[in-house]
Amino acid sequence: MQRGLVHAFDVGRVRQDFPILEAKIWCKDLVYLDNAATSQKPRAVLEAVDRFYRETNSNVHRGVHYLSATATRDFEAARDRVRDYLNARDRAEIIFTRGTTESINLVAQSFLRPRLEKGDEILITHMEHHSNIVPWQMVCEQTGAVLRVVPIDDSGELVFEEFERLLTDRTRLVSVVHVSNSLGTVNPVELILHKAHERGVPVLLDGAQAMPHMRIDVSALDCDFYAFSGHKMFGPTGIGVLYGKRELLEAMPPYQGGGDMIRTVTFEKTTWNELPYKFEAGTPDVAGAIGLGAAVDYLSGLDMAAVATYEQDLLAYGTEALQDVAGLRIIGTARHKASVISFVMEGAHPHDIGTILDHEGVAVRTGHHCTMPVMERFAVPATARASFALYNTRTEIDRLVAGLHTVRELFR
Amino acid sequence: MTFDLRELYQQVILDHNKKPRNQHPLDTSFKAEGHNPLCGDRVTIYIHVEDDRIADVSFEGEGCAISTASASLMTQALKGKTIEEADKLIREFQEMVTGAPDAPDRMEHLGKLAVFQGVCEFPMRVKCATLAWHTFRAALDDTEDAVTTE
Repeated sequence: MQRGLVHAFDVGRVRQDFPILEAKIWCKDLVYLDNAATSQKPRAVLEAVDRFYRETNSNVHRGVHYLSATATRDFEAARDRVRDYLNARDRAEIIFTRGTTESINLVAQSFLRPRLEKGDEILITHMEHHSNIVPWQMVCEQTGAVLRVVPIDDSGELVFEEFERLLTDRTRLVSVVHVSNSLGTVNPVELILHKAHERGVPVLLDGAQAMPHMRIDVSALDCDFYAFSGHKMFGPTGIGVLYGKRELLEAMPPYQGGGDMIRTVTFEKTTWNELPYKFEAGTPDVAGAIGLGAAVDYLSGLDMAAVATYEQDLLAYGTEALQDVAGLRIIGTARHKASVISFVMEGAHPHDIGTILDHEGVAVRTGHHCTMPVMERFAVPATARASFALYNTRTEIDRLVAGLHTVRELFR
Repeated sequence: MTFDLRELYQQVILDHNKKPRNQHPLDTSFKAEGHNPLCGDRVTIYIHVEDDRIADVSFEGEGCAISTASASLMTQALKGKTIEEADKLIREFQEMVTGAPDAPDRMEHLGKLAVFQGVCEFPMRVKCATLAWHTFRAALDDTEDAVTTE
């Protein structure tokens, strides 16, 4: 490296931003490798949420008093930050929801359901999270539409020719996970969008797992909907976003009825509020939105290209180290992956692996990861999954591997 | 390895996990399926009842070491017992793994099953240990719905 060139990404410095990383679990330094389930929160997010409740807590919109005005300003400023971060054209396109799941349900019920007729098709993939399967099954049940599933190959990649074959004149929506939570596969979303749009089919991207790893530009992608959760991208739980193209959102009926989403109410007729409020019935998660705004600020302060390079190094290092553990098999070996490694071990059930690693201070997830069809595809009841975030290190991966040797020893 | 972990994964448990006893189907109408949706463990229990006595009991299924060993050791413990005795044992086992305060006093009835005592220190794993036992009770009742730990 050239003298004087500053490291683009300093993991030591980043780690200092996350207070929980100092924690001891069973008297050992915490190694948190369950980031695909939820990420840890930087101090900036913790402080933003705390400051809201301590100093400006109030309900938003329509209040005339000082605190309400301040809370409203901060809540709406968070929306502007998210808009800016996603490069959406219009702040009205940023709908605050409870998370990815609610965002997808909103599209299923408000966008798709009124347009569906018997025999129409919804196209998803075999690697979807249950939250990108069940809402469509519900809408199929309600309308007589049919769910079509693009298969995946043995590496966990989408079979693209099958996607092209299943995309037909009857397809009304394509809904695809951007990054798979259980396999780590990064899908070719640009190609998917291109093919779908050629046929005039709108596309929803489930971005829950993509947001913590890459900078998303919804305008450049030209996706119709993008759904994600705050808590997987270093923000609080209970808050998420649905990005939708304005013209689509305008044409959609509200999802839930209640306060804030109306313009006028009489017992004879109610008129809807403008975007984005039409889709935000009831008191929103004000603290959550402010926390998400702080998370977006935090990510904006990092060089996400450098983060991606760093995480890819962790992935390569972890993949090689895990492959050296006797009897270990990695599930999900796509060419383009995020820093997620799912695996099984001969003679040791994932649940036992999880308990043993926990006693070494290493937190991983075990189970079906809400992707039961993926488990079935790879003929395993469950997997153990180590998912790395920008604050993880090679040393932590060494701790994981040491823990796996303990598993090996116990179950040999 | 920490001491606590050895408490959970005792040699008897590891042995029964590796070589489960009575792991085969039985031709009987007394059977039930159990499922732990949390970790995907599945077990089927078969019971052959003769004159109010468990003449034979077996299991099939796949799961973690705790649930497999628990099913295996359970079949050994319950074979030959009357239904009344079986019920008592089920209750005592349940009390032991959930850490009921006076459970240790009654441990002598449990014999080999005492190896599961460590489970009460691992709340996330109690369901693994009890799945086969709940399913056994359902098989006895000839319950048609699958048992779930949730």
